[in-house]
Amino acid sequence: MLQLSAVRRQEPLGWGSCLVFLAALALAFVVSGLLLAMQGKPPASALWLLVHSAFGSGYALEDCLIKAIPIFLCSLGVGLTFRLQIWNIGAEGQFALGAVGATWAALTFPDWPWYTLLPTMLICASLTGSLWGIIPAVLRLKLRTNEIIVTLMLNYVGILILEYLVYGAWKDPGSFGFPMTSEFVPAAVVARIGDTRLNWGLLLCLAVGVLMTVFLRSTRLGFELRACGENVRAARYARMPYSLLVILVMGVSGALAGWAGFLEASATLGRLQPSIMSGYGYTAIVVAWLANLNPLIIAVSSFLLAGLRVGMESLQLDLQIPAAFGAIMEGFILLAVLAGGFFSRYRLHLRRIG
Amino acid sequence: MRKCLPLFLLAFLALGSTCFAEDMKVGFVYVSPVGDAGYSYAHDQGRLAVEAMDGVTTSFVESVAEGQDSERVIMNMARKGYDVIFATSYGYMDPMLKVAKDFPKVKFLHCSGYKNAENMANYFGRIYQARYLTGMVAGAMTKSNVLGYVAAFPIPEVIRGINAFTLGAQAVNPDVQVRVVWTKTWYDPATEKEAGKSLLDVGCDVIAQHQDSPGPQEAAQERGVYSVGYNTDMSAFAPKSHLTAAIWNWGPFYTEMVQQIKDGTWKSDFYWYGLDKGIVDIAPFGEMVPADVQKTVLDKKAEIASGAYQVFTGPIKDQAGVEKVAAGTVMADGDLLGFNWFVQGVVGTLE
Repeated sequence: MLQLSAVRRQEPLGWGSCLVFLAALALAFVVSGLLLAMQGKPPASALWLLVHSAFGSGYALEDCLIKAIPIFLCSLGVGLTFRLQIWNIGAEGQFALGAVGATWAALTFPDWPWYTLLPTMLICASLTGSLWGIIPAVLRLKLRTNEIIVTLMLNYVGILILEYLVYGAWKDPGSFGFPMTSEFVPAAVVARIGDTRLNWGLLLCLAVGVLMTVFLRSTRLGFELRACGENVRAARYARMPYSLLVILVMGVSGALAGWAGFLEASATLGRLQPSIMSGYGYTAIVVAWLANLNPLIIAVSSFLLAGLRVGMESLQLDLQIPAAFGAIMEGFILLAVLAGGFFSRYRLHLRRIG
Repeated sequence: MRKCLPLFLLAFLALGSTCFAEDMKVGFVYVSPVGDAGYSYAHDQGRLAVEAMDGVTTSFVESVAEGQDSERVIMNMARKGYDVIFATSYGYMDPMLKVAKDFPKVKFLHCSGYKNAENMANYFGRIYQARYLTGMVAGAMTKSNVLGYVAAFPIPEVIRGINAFTLGAQAVNPDVQVRVVWTKTWYDPATEKEAGKSLLDVGCDVIAQHQDSPGPQEAAQERGVYSVGYNTDMSAFAPKSHLTAAIWNWGPFYTEMVQQIKDGTWKSDFYWYGLDKGIVDIAPFGEMVPADVQKTVLDKKAEIASGAYQVFTGPIKDQAGVEKVAAGTVMADGDLLGFNWFVQGVVGTLE
């Protein structure tokens, strides 16, 4: 008789895990294809259209990059906290507060030139965003509250603060009562790169992505962060600064989500309005897990997920495939990749018994 | 440029009809899924009427978030050669305006906003006229004299509807009050239903809604009280409670616009039709509505449709009892578009 058992791998799988990832992706595509076939849509050409309209043209790549920016920033932040096994579900609220902070600066100093106004907006967004991250961090350390609940609840509070402001004090008097601030002055809008529709926020993403990689790999604090994430008790025993790290990662995470809010308000909308909230803070959690919390892979998966969402719109337009299919496919991909992670950590062992 | 445009258009059309007799492509952008049985569903019924026209093909993208996503969706439609694009939510206004500047040959029509361009028109329907009529039904049917109103966002469109509903109810029942609860979402069946229940808990016995799902209707039916629907005839979801509904009927308007564009006679404008053109209407009455109530309401409907009666005719007082519209004065469209106060009898705040 044969018995199948899973044995933990002693050596990391290395390039093999790339293979596992691709296989998981392929599986998700096959299942999605079957679903399409069940709706009477041509699966092969539909999936080709999906890929082509997401990555097949200069426009499409631009669209994906633009959409990937806020997802990447939020995801980089939550990924950092997840490394420490701090479950920050609050990127959505931190995003909202960042947008509020940046908007405050834009509305308060409209006469400033861009080279002072934009940095001020960035700093304000960092402060408000990180404040929204540090509150649950301190509560966790001092009162042992569960940060999952607190960050989740603060999301609602953050969004309500944003709404309170745009429905009230900051409402544009010329907007016929619609909830939006007046348009930002040109100096408060992050400029586009050359003739493209991309904005300079992309450069910020690159810089912060590199910094994060260097920080995690090559600094002492980065090492301690990884160590604490693996085993808090052992790390504390080694006198690693756990409390400091919790506050640090939550602050940085909040600031990064805040930057995403700043860029969305400034570069994409040119004002603050409630529709700025489109769930990037929650998408970020999916992306962080897809990427196994690795900053470089977070960049790639933000881009791919943005592509999936952009491509789905073409699928809707050209083949009348319902929007919900995109969400289903996203779910399949996440499920397949996470399940595939099992094969990266374990190998299957077949043996004869009896 | 303004003078050249029709010429150019004619040339383009002539070229189009001789060289490549391609169908005109018409795209629609919806804020919620078309299966919502509500707002987007109603627009999609209009799209199907356009689809049935000769020489026209249509498509749509649903569940498009307002803001950046909508700009990309609208732009991609323009890039893909769509000739006419309808965007059906107010948050699509600025994104559409941006795209309209880049694609001068494409015709853009935005629903429920206020910004125009040479190739971008604005349209909406005077749904408040239908709301007034549904308010009359609710006012006649209530026993507790407390009506509930589940509302999405405190913006003029919604406030206008609540005020019209209240005035309609007061026209048949001066003692009535309307309690408002905000959900801050257009489409979230569970939240909407909960909001409906919260209104039932404070004694409302008719629930009206400015929401896109039938959730509030279901809440009313479960408690055995009445409800007034919105967007489409929602009686299938709550047959025992559904008195009537303020409904959209976009087909005639959409086909008219597309025909004008095909003929080259279309021009950018602010279109705001009502009961007169059949864009808005009320759903068939539920069997619990007595015949005399039905007659009163239908008489009023005829009066409004003919222009003999205007819904927002003074005297109208605000919540504090201050007279905002003098007796005999009719509120101007500009004031209606920026409505940011409640009439007397509404219980609720604008936040």
